[in-house]
Amino acid sequence: MSESANTPLIEVEDLGVTLNTSRGAAQAVRKVSFSLKRGETLGLVGESGCGKSVTALALMGLLADSAVVSGSVRLDGSELVGLRDTDYGKLRGNRISMIFQEPMTALNPIHTIGRQVAEPLRRHKGLSAAQARKEAVFLLDRVGLPDAAKRVDAYPHQFSGGQRQRVTIAMALACQPDVLIADEPTTALDVTIQRQILDLIADLVAERGMAMILISHDLGVIAENVQKMLVMYGGTVIESGPTADVFARMGHPYTQGLFRARPRLGAKKGTRLQTIAGTVPELADLPAGCAFADRCAIVESRCRAALPAAVEVRAGHQVRCLRTDVSMAECA
Amino acid sequence: MSGSTTATANMPTATPHRPATGFWRRALRHRSFVLGGALVLLVFAAALVSLVWTPWPPYDIDIAAKLKPPSAAHWLGTDALGRDVVSLLLVGARSTILVGVIAVGIGLTFGVCLGLTAAALRGWVGELIMRMSDFTFAFPAVLSAIMLAAAIGPGMVTSIIAIGIFQIPIFVRVTRGSANAVWAREFVLAARASGKGRFRITIEHVMPNILSLLIVQATIQFALAILAEAALSYLGLGTQPPQPSWGRMLNDAQTLLFQEPSLAVYPGVAIAIAVEGLNLLGDGLRDLLDPRLARER
Repeated sequence: MSESANTPLIEVEDLGVTLNTSRGAAQAVRKVSFSLKRGETLGLVGESGCGKSVTALALMGLLADSAVVSGSVRLDGSELVGLRDTDYGKLRGNRISMIFQEPMTALNPIHTIGRQVAEPLRRHKGLSAAQARKEAVFLLDRVGLPDAAKRVDAYPHQFSGGQRQRVTIAMALACQPDVLIADEPTTALDVTIQRQILDLIADLVAERGMAMILISHDLGVIAENVQKMLVMYGGTVIESGPTADVFARMGHPYTQGLFRARPRLGAKKGTRLQTIAGTVPELADLPAGCAFADRCAIVESRCRAALPAAVEVRAGHQVRCLRTDVSMAECA
Repeated sequence: MSGSTTATANMPTATPHRPATGFWRRALRHRSFVLGGALVLLVFAAALVSLVWTPWPPYDIDIAAKLKPPSAAHWLGTDALGRDVVSLLLVGARSTILVGVIAVGIGLTFGVCLGLTAAALRGWVGELIMRMSDFTFAFPAVLSAIMLAAAIGPGMVTSIIAIGIFQIPIFVRVTRGSANAVWAREFVLAARASGKGRFRITIEHVMPNILSLLIVQATIQFALAILAEAALSYLGLGTQPPQPSWGRMLNDAQTLLFQEPSLAVYPGVAIAIAVEGLNLLGDGLRDLLDPRLARER
């Protein structure tokens, strides 16, 4: 793995997704670009409906047939956009895997967990049933499922949410993928379990030298778990950069609002949580300019004219805002 | 389980999966399942018994003993040709079951395959299958039986094929509808994310999840097939003489409705028992196979 450590493993360039909804075409994702090397971790953060999950599904090639994907996604140099579904199927679960938000529904209720973990091994790696089962027990043990050897033949409903998420992680990692996409892997879990699952994912990513894309709406989760981050709003990336830099000097008014809106321990009693006024714009009806304009405190008329270009405020730290002079002066 | 996380502490300790015992325990307490099952068993038992024994030979015509009232010798009397009604009913159960099983089998096999295909391959393939089944659905079983009878002559085979074809679009619709619902579930997305193709997802994820629904639908369709068989036989398009069938017994009894109404009542009651039994059984199965109810212990 060391020889390829400096070439990007996955490169996304100008990714765009248009969904055909009943209310017309919706630009769910616009101009998303990033690249990841082995062992690197990237966070996607934003409110519901900002395009995080659609981006993830586009990378997996799992969008509905009616969705139009533009731009380019390259895995180890080979183009994935426009790949035939059967060819994509050979990559999914094998070189690029995904963990889903709802462990309660991501497992088929009628198959044993052992079978579900062993499945990708048999298909992609051609293991025999006995080998795959052995490997499944090993994997379940690795993800911290107690008594893995005994419980491999149990059904999903016999496990708690946290345990099920461990099973889906085992499933996603079975074939040692290069890229792992975790779509809100802890949102449906108890706070106490959240930490354990995130630590487990972090360990496995480091252990296997995978690249990880972690999707979350929780800035705390992003701050602690990824090296680079993208903040998405209205289907486009409005701020990106190394996590430490972004948290040190947030450039976009939306990122700042998101940060202020998080609940804090030790806040004075009776202090109300800050909110960002207004709601996320309809993806089918995005404004021509900055998507955040209607909710922004420092909006000007030129913000509404066209989608602002990304401004590099520091090496690697980009902000898609025309008024960084004001916004970043305020927060400094 | 000791030493595990807090989340595992209040989990039931790996209980062995035992749907079988739980299922029968609940099944035997379910009133319509038990009643329906008993009625259906009665019909099947009648057909089985008729294979080895009938009170009188069912094809023996004895004009001298025609239209006898019920007696010790003929429990339900005799018909216009002096045949024993009990024997006819027993043997008639055979054609009823035979036609029902094969016709539902045809409908189930083709309908489920087509429905699963339509759900897996949306777009023009799915659309084509659905429009074709709409087209078939537009012809009632009786009409297709008349057309078939004109082509290959009336008989049991004709009625089986006609009823079977009539069942296909019903199964296509039920299968596609419920398969679509399974396709929308997250574990199917997860299965696709692990690289499974549409065919494997259909076999491993969709099919097992709609199986209980199909079983229930099959019992209901069985009941409808029995009614259709009776109707076709009554019209003279189904089972041909001398082979007895409940529908033909009704037809025979029609001319004597005012002299001997009970001759129409017996096969009518037999049909009602079979249909009602299957409907109750289907109702019961629907409750019992509902995973939401099965889940609670």
